Amino acid sequence: MTPYDFQMNRRSFLNRSGTGIGSVALASLLNDELKAAPRSGEKWTGVINKLDHPAKAKRVIHLCMAGGPSHLETLDYKPELAKMNGKPMPESFTKGQPIAQLQGNKNLTCLGPQHEFKNYGKSGQHISSIFPQIGGVADDIAIIRSMVTEQINHDPAHTFMNTGTQISGRPSMGSWLLYGLGAETEDLPGYVVLTSVGGGQNQPIAARQWHSGFLPSRFQGVPFHSKGDPVLYVTNPKGVTREDQQSVVNSVNALNGIHNDQVDDPEISARIAQYELAFKMQASVPGLMDVSKEPQRILDLYGAKPGDGSFASNCLLARRLAERGVRFIQLYHRGWDHHGGIKNASKNTAGLVDRGSAALIQDLKERGMLDDTLVIWGGEFGRTPMAQGNGRDHHIKGFSLWMAGGGIKGGISHGSTDELGYNSVKDIVNVRDLHATLLHLFGIDHERFTHKFQGLDFRLTGVRPANVIRPVLA
Amino acid sequence: MKRLTELFIFLLIIFGNDALFAKDKILFNRDIRPLLSDNCFACHGPDEHERKAKLRLDIKEGGGFENRDGTVAIIPNDPVNSELIARIISGDEDELMPPKKSGKKLSPDQINLIKEWVKQGAEYEGHWSFNKPTKSVEPAINPIDHFIETRLKTQNLKFSDAAATHTLIRRLSLDLTGIAPTPEEVNIFQDEYNKHPQDAMKNAAGRLMASPRYGERMAIFWLDLVRYADSIGYHSDTNMNVYLYREWVINAFNANQRFDQFTKDQIAGDLLPNSTDEQKIASGYNRLLQTTEEGGAQPKEYVAIYAADRVRNISGAWLGGTLGCAQCHDHKYDPYTTKDFYSMAAFFADIKERAVGKREAGMSVATGQYKKRIEDLDNKITELTKLTTVSSPEITAAQAEWEKSLGSSAKPLLAKWHMIGPIPGGDPNNAFNKEFGPEKGIDPKAVIAGKKWQDRPDLADGKVHNLGSAANSAWYLYRLIKAPQATQLPLSLGSDDGIKVWLNGKELLKNNPARGAAPDQEKITLELKEGNNQFLMKIVNHAGGGGFYFKAKGNDLPPNIAKALSVDNDERNDAQKKEIADYYLTISPALAQTRSQISSLQKEKGELQKNLPKTLVSVSMKPRDMRVLPRGNWLDDSGQIVQPAIPEFLGKIKTGDNRANRLDLANWIVSPNNPLTSRAFVNRLWKIFFGLGISSNVDDLGSQGQWPSHPKLLDWLAVEFIESKWDIQHMIKLIVSSKAYSQSSLVSPQMRETDPLNLLFARQSRFRVDAEMVRDNALFVGGILTERIGGRSAKPYQPAGYWRHMNFPARKYAHDNNENQYRRGLYTHWQRSFLHPSLLAFDAPNREECTAERPRSNTPLQALVLLNDITYVESARAFAERIIREGGKDPKSRINWALNTALSRQGNEKEMKILSELQTKQLTRYNADTNAANELNTVGIKVPPKDIPPAELASWTTVARTILNLHETITRH
Repeated sequence: MTPYDFQMNRRSFLNRSGTGIGSVALASLLNDELKAAPRSGEKWTGVINKLDHPAKAKRVIHLCMAGGPSHLETLDYKPELAKMNGKPMPESFTKGQPIAQLQGNKNLTCLGPQHEFKNYGKSGQHISSIFPQIGGVADDIAIIRSMVTEQINHDPAHTFMNTGTQISGRPSMGSWLLYGLGAETEDLPGYVVLTSVGGGQNQPIAARQWHSGFLPSRFQGVPFHSKGDPVLYVTNPKGVTREDQQSVVNSVNALNGIHNDQVDDPEISARIAQYELAFKMQASVPGLMDVSKEPQRILDLYGAKPGDGSFASNCLLARRLAERGVRFIQLYHRGWDHHGGIKNASKNTAGLVDRGSAALIQDLKERGMLDDTLVIWGGEFGRTPMAQGNGRDHHIKGFSLWMAGGGIKGGISHGSTDELGYNSVKDIVNVRDLHATLLHLFGIDHERFTHKFQGLDFRLTGVRPANVIRPVLA
Repeated sequence: MKRLTELFIFLLIIFGNDALFAKDKILFNRDIRPLLSDNCFACHGPDEHERKAKLRLDIKEGGGFENRDGTVAIIPNDPVNSELIARIISGDEDELMPPKKSGKKLSPDQINLIKEWVKQGAEYEGHWSFNKPTKSVEPAINPIDHFIETRLKTQNLKFSDAAATHTLIRRLSLDLTGIAPTPEEVNIFQDEYNKHPQDAMKNAAGRLMASPRYGERMAIFWLDLVRYADSIGYHSDTNMNVYLYREWVINAFNANQRFDQFTKDQIAGDLLPNSTDEQKIASGYNRLLQTTEEGGAQPKEYVAIYAADRVRNISGAWLGGTLGCAQCHDHKYDPYTTKDFYSMAAFFADIKERAVGKREAGMSVATGQYKKRIEDLDNKITELTKLTTVSSPEITAAQAEWEKSLGSSAKPLLAKWHMIGPIPGGDPNNAFNKEFGPEKGIDPKAVIAGKKWQDRPDLADGKVHNLGSAANSAWYLYRLIKAPQATQLPLSLGSDDGIKVWLNGKELLKNNPARGAAPDQEKITLELKEGNNQFLMKIVNHAGGGGFYFKAKGNDLPPNIAKALSVDNDERNDAQKKEIADYYLTISPALAQTRSQISSLQKEKGELQKNLPKTLVSVSMKPRDMRVLPRGNWLDDSGQIVQPAIPEFLGKIKTGDNRANRLDLANWIVSPNNPLTSRAFVNRLWKIFFGLGISSNVDDLGSQGQWPSHPKLLDWLAVEFIESKWDIQHMIKLIVSSKAYSQSSLVSPQMRETDPLNLLFARQSRFRVDAEMVRDNALFVGGILTERIGGRSAKPYQPAGYWRHMNFPARKYAHDNNENQYRRGLYTHWQRSFLHPSLLAFDAPNREECTAERPRSNTPLQALVLLNDITYVESARAFAERIIREGGKDPKSRINWALNTALSRQGNEKEMKILSELQTKQLTRYNADTNAANELNTVGIKVPPKDIPPAELASWTTVARTILNLHETITRH
């Protein structure tokens, strides 16, 4: 048994105990790593009592570039591919490989990189010229150019990136972290999701991407919106002021208290606590979401206009959420699916995310928060070196992403693809490795962090080998 | 430290001396299998590929007793020399089992237990759930109570007292219908209960199961298992038509359809002999899985994904197992092999469906209300049609008048058309001008350009006819016109393109434009002579398609009628008279209204049939090849092709030379010899009535599941279910009439420490009701719940923009603005990628996979839903209106009425005081701000009453909101 399952919440307790054998299962609870979990209404402090090693990161900001940014136009320059522009793609690369919309296309031709790359920072990191701002923080980021994934279509690929499997019903990485560690915030959800669009066809994304799967629903990501109700149902009904609402909440809690005196049910104490928290959230969330009081210098840094729902504004909100102790913050920008017109489209989308992404790194750094905030920037897959008209198709055998802060070494690159940017060939990193690394930075051994479901010890990294990407660790 | 003390007390009390293992007989299934499964099976279990040292510990024959190079893993009665024991206590890290890197570790007590087992003889048992259940005893008293009490006695415990009567009827109503009882229902039950408690429970259960609400409640449970949803799930997550399946499930529960038939209809309804529409609808089960229409998705990959999805579901929903785990490797804990997985998938390889792309609309079904409406229409049409076939003296008189009006001007008769063509003419002018023969005289035997004259009775008058696409060609059309006397006959003609007309050899018309044919392009009048007239027409097509139009004006009588009429009245035979009389009825002005009624009813029927509900069903086709996919890889075609088969260790389906099909599978699932189905079902049924299963892991009865708290009870129930011929209501009656069910859910501090999870059932459980029921009860208390079985999915209020992340196409949610707004939660449109947020907040699953157990969370988001979701605010307002109208005049009596209505019990002084003060304060506040009152009173679509002052309504709405937010309101005790 792993030590992490020893919390006493109802579900896993049930799974653990049984009866005949309960004596043994319970006996094993008398373990020095035992941790009493809080009642359901109390602040969740996580099931992990003792970390496997000291943590470097305290929180994650995942900038998810939904749609699959082309590595060839962003982070992975391929001069050979430029030379091959318009020429047939050598069959040795593509034979027997799964491809998406280009399937069955007999005349696969190469499409050269559509943008110039430059060397940025002291480290001289090689980054596309469509990212001048990210170039500005080149010395803070580690670029991984040897990513691979297993799912070639958007929906399953996002699910894979978030949960480590294509099968529905498994917890996302944010839910795992929250389940394991809880969050520092008192009056906000521990896992928050923000979204923005622009620059390409808007990729649909499903709530399963931030779902808690078989973990209790309290570990789900909570979507925040920069327009309308910032959090679903957080606004009072019409004709009801905060005072009125307080009267209701007070009365509910008083009546629940009376009932609890009669039936003595811990769930009622929990309910009372949840009403108090909900009422607090009603006040704290709108304040949090209102960035208009940020100094002009900061608004300019991000290029954010209060209330515009842009990626830039979401980056600013991400920093505010991080400051308030939210454990996992996920920003989706749904504009990277460039099957056609990739030259302009990638430039446009980059224009929408460049400044915000870089500003976030700078801002966190200025506040001393970058050291313990892990920032991940990347999509669910990359794009083919082959042309699809004047765009590129989905590609899973090689793509890029970058990470920064929270125990990551800045100014380095890791791994590479072949000369045409098709296959990752050196220091290949799969999604499981990424998950293992993420948990590692939080002081968690991914093999020991499990949850029992349907009789099995499930873990974020699944059953196949997963390795921490040591070279990128600071 | 307190926690640790609690645990010690727990151990000592619950297990007493059991905790000192040496005393008791160790049972392999209860005590040893879970330890070995958890710690050893991953490498020494059923999965052949992962097996280390060729040692298998899950079965007796696994090599544990063999001499292996001088060592024997298990020597019965001799733990000291057993290698198994040596390895689990070894101080050498390289020797120690389980190995350190597995993260597994046996505790000293567990090690002792295994030692003791070996010492006692190391007896193996087959895994309990794979053995056929038997009834151990046929106890005299209620068997449920017998088994539970027996266990309680061994722990020196007793049943709790019976719950208060209002609690009992509330529990029973929520469990069986999902809706709390009205105060009247509580009173009736209390009276009955005071006279005869057991009868009262049975009667109430009977009443509640007879209510249509019962089927709706049970459907929630079943729809979770089969992952029912209204949308396809992946990527675009567009809608699919399956709501008739949901309706079918509700009706099946309400009809108490036997579980074996219920199973067959769903898995193989389409394959049953003479299957009914209902059975086909039920077979929609096979179509409930997630599908995709994402561009670029590979059909081959998705065929594999769907196959796996179906195996996971059939195994989860019916067998309580995890066969799905054997997709890439043999199961690590249960004896399921990868081949078993693909053999199971092969049963479903006959299902016709698109791998990638939009789901078809499905089978049209006239069912339920549609069936009735169509029947009603048919009846009305038949009735009215009868009226139009019966003459009357008035009609007969009118007919005589009509005949007279036709008078002597009996109409010419038009004989059928003869046609020849197309005859190529080279170019439009040549084709038009050239005489091809008929213009000089009709020769019926003529052959022109290889063409012969043909009879064309099908070329009816008054329609545009297409003659074909021969360019620069001519057609001749010829017919006889018989005039009773010399007369004029006006014609309306049209042609595509050129036209010439001759009557009795004389050219009457000549025009060669380029045009499409239409009525009234040419108007001429024929001067007919008495007797036969020869009418000839030439049509010339330039390009595209050629055609013509012909209608003789004022000659609307059908030829047979015209002919009959041409005979003098006195000379007509009976057949002719009847012909004319029947014809007249069809044009009689006296019946005109009836005829128009019929035609509008027919139109309505047509529309209805066109818009009939459609539903996805199973259609069987030639099965696809099903291969074992090595490591689940769909690109790898190297695996063997498998035939449909059940997991090998569970036996074989005998179908002779025939390929086993889904019906064979269904028959096996509900065969009395299947050890899993009945156990899985009764275990889950038990959970509905006690909050947890007898084997507490309701989604896995396999090796990694839980040893049942009351194995004999579970087996007894499983056998009883089979012996009752799979009668679900029989099982429910047994359960709810037990003493165990009627116990109070109150728990003493001592009991909470002894048995915090209620594994011994020495009390009832208490829990928050399911998401759908939270909604149902608010609407019900507010008096606005729409109660109707089945129908299309409903769209309750939903926060704006919640669907903003969906695309292909982008969608806007429009909530229902009629009674559909107030339907029970289970009818909510189930959007897989974005399930309705208020259901989601209360743990409703998105139904992507089989869900046997919903978590029961308690979150701030739930508080926000109950406080602010329009549904709950509007329900509270409707409830407030009821409080004012039905709760008496006095505020105290109103509050008491309100509490009684929502909680099925009287309020106490403290509660009354809090709510009364709240109401007074709110009345003052809203009196001072009528605008705010009006705002609150207009939340939702329900129009506020005019006769209640706004501030009064608003103040009571606040009281009602408070009550709807109470923990007790959403809890079953």
